[in-house]
Amino acid sequence: MINSNDTICALSTPPGVGGIAVIRISGNDAFSIAQKVFSRPFSQTESHRTLYGWILEEQEKIDEVLLTPFKSPGSFTGEDTVEIACHGSAFIQQRLLEILVAKGCRIATPGEYTLRAFLNGKMDLSQAEAVGDLIASESAAAHRQALHQMRGGFSKEINVLRNKLIHFASLIELELDFAEEDVEFANRSQLRLLVEEIEQVVNHLRDSFHLGNAIRNGVPVAITGAPNMGKSTLLNALLNDERAIVSDIAGTTRDSIEDYITIEGVRFRFIDTAGIRDTEDTIEKMGIERSFAKAREADIVLLLFDAVETSRDELLDTIARLKKETINDQKLILIANKMDKGAFNMDDFQERVKDTGEVIAISAKEKTDLDKLKSRLIQSVHHRRINSGETIVTNARHHAALCLAGRSLHEILNGMDAGVTGDFLAVDIRKTLYHLSEITGQINADDLLNSIFSKFCIGK
Amino acid sequence: MKLNYDIVVVGAGHAGNEAAAAAANLKKKVLLITMDMAKIGQMSCNPAMGGVAKGQIIREIDAIGGYSGIVSDRSAIQFRMLNISKGPAMWSPRTQNDRMRFAEEWRGMLEQTHGVDFWQDMVKGIIVEKGRIAGVITSMGIEIRCEAVVLTNGTFLNGIIHIGEKQFGGGRLGEPRAEGITEQLISLGFRSGRMKTGTPPRIDGRSLDYSEMTEQPGDIIPGKFSYTDTQPLQKQRSCWITYTNEAVHTMLQEGFEKSPMFTGRIQGLGPRYCPSIEDKVTRFADKDRHQLFVEPEGWNTIEIYVNGFSTSLPEDVQQKALRLIPGFRHAKMFRPGYAIEYDYFPPDQLKHTLESKEIANLFLAGQINGTTGYEEAACQGLIAGMNAALNLDEKAPFVLSRSEAYIGVLIDDLITKGTEEPYRMFTSRAEYRTLLRQDNADERLTHRSHTIGLASDERLQRVIEKQTGKEDILRYLEKNSVSPDEINPFLEQSGSSPIQQKVKIHSIAGRPHVDLLGLFHHLPEINEKSGQLGSIREEVLQQVEIQLKYAGYLQKEKELADKLGRLDHVPLPLNFDYGKVTNLSIEARQKLSSIRPESLGQASRISGVNPSDIAVLMVYLGR
Repeated sequence: MINSNDTICALSTPPGVGGIAVIRISGNDAFSIAQKVFSRPFSQTESHRTLYGWILEEQEKIDEVLLTPFKSPGSFTGEDTVEIACHGSAFIQQRLLEILVAKGCRIATPGEYTLRAFLNGKMDLSQAEAVGDLIASESAAAHRQALHQMRGGFSKEINVLRNKLIHFASLIELELDFAEEDVEFANRSQLRLLVEEIEQVVNHLRDSFHLGNAIRNGVPVAITGAPNMGKSTLLNALLNDERAIVSDIAGTTRDSIEDYITIEGVRFRFIDTAGIRDTEDTIEKMGIERSFAKAREADIVLLLFDAVETSRDELLDTIARLKKETINDQKLILIANKMDKGAFNMDDFQERVKDTGEVIAISAKEKTDLDKLKSRLIQSVHHRRINSGETIVTNARHHAALCLAGRSLHEILNGMDAGVTGDFLAVDIRKTLYHLSEITGQINADDLLNSIFSKFCIGK
Repeated sequence: MKLNYDIVVVGAGHAGNEAAAAAANLKKKVLLITMDMAKIGQMSCNPAMGGVAKGQIIREIDAIGGYSGIVSDRSAIQFRMLNISKGPAMWSPRTQNDRMRFAEEWRGMLEQTHGVDFWQDMVKGIIVEKGRIAGVITSMGIEIRCEAVVLTNGTFLNGIIHIGEKQFGGGRLGEPRAEGITEQLISLGFRSGRMKTGTPPRIDGRSLDYSEMTEQPGDIIPGKFSYTDTQPLQKQRSCWITYTNEAVHTMLQEGFEKSPMFTGRIQGLGPRYCPSIEDKVTRFADKDRHQLFVEPEGWNTIEIYVNGFSTSLPEDVQQKALRLIPGFRHAKMFRPGYAIEYDYFPPDQLKHTLESKEIANLFLAGQINGTTGYEEAACQGLIAGMNAALNLDEKAPFVLSRSEAYIGVLIDDLITKGTEEPYRMFTSRAEYRTLLRQDNADERLTHRSHTIGLASDERLQRVIEKQTGKEDILRYLEKNSVSPDEINPFLEQSGSSPIQQKVKIHSIAGRPHVDLLGLFHHLPEINEKSGQLGSIREEVLQQVEIQLKYAGYLQKEKELADKLGRLDHVPLPLNFDYGKVTNLSIEARQKLSSIRPESLGQASRISGVNPSDIAVLMVYLGR
């Protein structure tokens, strides 16, 4: 049994060293405990007002901090809450928490702040889960998405579906229970249309999970090409650091290297892959195999080639090879690198890339025209309609429920095709309703809560 | 005069009779008190038992060892399996009954039940000592001591009958009402309310012209309710269908200003799904006709019941309107239809055993719990009677879950949600409808009832034979194959595609258009095997067929039942202090404190208790 009467504290910023760190105290005694360690009286201070002062332990100054009280119910948890912004060293953080515990706080368990917010009616289940996503979100798009969900957008959409289906179900029920009486039967073709419509929305939401995942975890972009085309150099240029191993020896990158870069608020996950070429080297071969695998998983595949040296045949050959690995046109972006070379001849270049589609010419080394590449990346993401208005599923549990709902909807249609009677159609209708309810939390599954709350890290 | 009993049952209708029989069969000394010995087992409304969802309940009562199925079979004049064009979960047995034979059979069965005594009197109060029931007091001033009381007062408590502008006290037309109990229970802390129901006029069958109506005969091969060896009907009587029309509606509307419904003299809420004819005409003004069933009241009587024409309009308006109905031009009334208002006790004051939370060993069953229908009343009486007996023996209660029986759904709904209009059972009230079929009530319930000593050894033996027979045949069909030569002619004849090579029989038997009996005729070995089943052969084959054809659906439903049923196994203490849990919404706190659910599952079904409230409770219970 979780005791929600005591006062909890925890670090609210990520663990480790930073400029500042925020420690949050929540519970009935949050104010009195904070007062015991803070240099200035704040009981008269307005809620949400920040005070400057010192953390004291037996008159000894521990740290110079900013303290903000949040009075119940106007806080995240709905309880009296105090946030202390202190200096970010691990030592100070640790020391402060120790002092607070000595004064009567308990260190929060994972997800406990969210649990309390949920228990105090500050959010529903799907909102609670969105908080987890919000904390983990590292880009503007992910942030937008999590906020949208937290404000109930996703639950609303599901609820609309549920209500439509409940209406559907009631028509069938009417026909079953009052068959002897003079009632009109539920029109099967209308019902079919309704199920198909709901199925479409559910499947759309279900498929958005991949997109949602991409937003949360970064849109995966694989950088491919023959060896020594400057893939690592491009990655470094984009990252502005020396992460990948760069050398003039072809085949240096034997393994895939990943890093993140945020462009215009969209998070991309770049995957550097081993160069694609025919080789007898077993280790390199494995690397190339992995490259194809990465390219397959990626949402965007950059194919780098040498603006001067790559022949038309070589280029077409590589494109064909990628396509053979089921990498379609839509996600392929052709990039001609090394246009800074002295031997670059525009006419010759145009001749070689004729009819291969759009090609972006850059110099990774000189960082020339990287902006063109960046806006092309953004464009291809927008093309897939990642924008703030649309509901995108980011949560694995929701995705699972949508998959099951989609399956049940499909079963309804199958049943109708097979001419199954209403009582059995109703089984699948009810099952669909159940799965939709799982998302909005209108169902009571004890393991559900456990899994949700254990996913949150300490301090919210 | 001093009387001493284990259990006193007040009222001898469907609920009281089942309660008395069940308690006596559980070895209790039972006194059944009725205001009129001649009215035991009276069908107050239509002369029929069963129907959609209700027929399933009668099968369940029978499977547990109640009497309603047997009484209905013995007094039936027509049998129909309703909804036969739908799936097996919807098949619903219904009988038309001889009203007088029905009452006679009930009285006969009770008289032959060891341990049931009778007393004709009106109970005007109960005796409560230290929060427990101690007896009843009758209008003759007789004090009867007992350990438990089952109240089944039906529509008699402060009943008021309305016909047009006339109104008078009564429990049924021509019978006095009962007084005293409501007032006493209120003083003991009970809440009470008013409900309304109605009944149509009775007609002289000699005055009707059936040539203007459509005949509705019984089934060609009539079935029956009871799993015991009651005999199916050899001959049957038909019902007739006719319709109202615009002229009838206009005539009815002329009487509206004198209707107790529309003038506000009736305050009680009536059932939406069993509306009076004046209600239908008003609420469904766009319908130019309403269906009526013309039902004979028995084998030999000329009395006719006009099902669908329940009304409380003035008798002259009833008469005039009736005569505008096809076939009714010369109709003579025996007595008019009427509405009756009566007291009920919101059933959220009861436990799953139907024992009141307020007073130990006081049980309430039937219409006083806000239900409507013979079947609903009878099953409550059965459960109340059983649990009264089990309570006295200090044994575990007999409670059925929502996935076990319609009876479980009914009682859980009543005590969890209460009811403001007369509660009637529908199949849609059951989450796991395809599991709660009329064909498998015995498999679902007889074992459990036998364990506590109610269902007889013979009943159990029959269920075991049926189950074994089913499993044997299923195993045979799964193990043995059939060749194209053997079976293709039959398949073609059934409109099913022929097979190309040898296949296991069950893959053919599960096909939609394949009739199992027909299939077996082409397979001598299994035909002989199933022949050995004797009298239960048909039932077993039906089980096999359902199992083969709907296995996927049944499996799905079972999984959902298991998943959702888990919360029903998380008990909530009856004295749990919800006021202390400040995280619950205020509405949830109030509802939970008043209903005091017995499990988390029950709590989750209370209206106004949201999933987040359940989540809060789960957290508090440490789950």
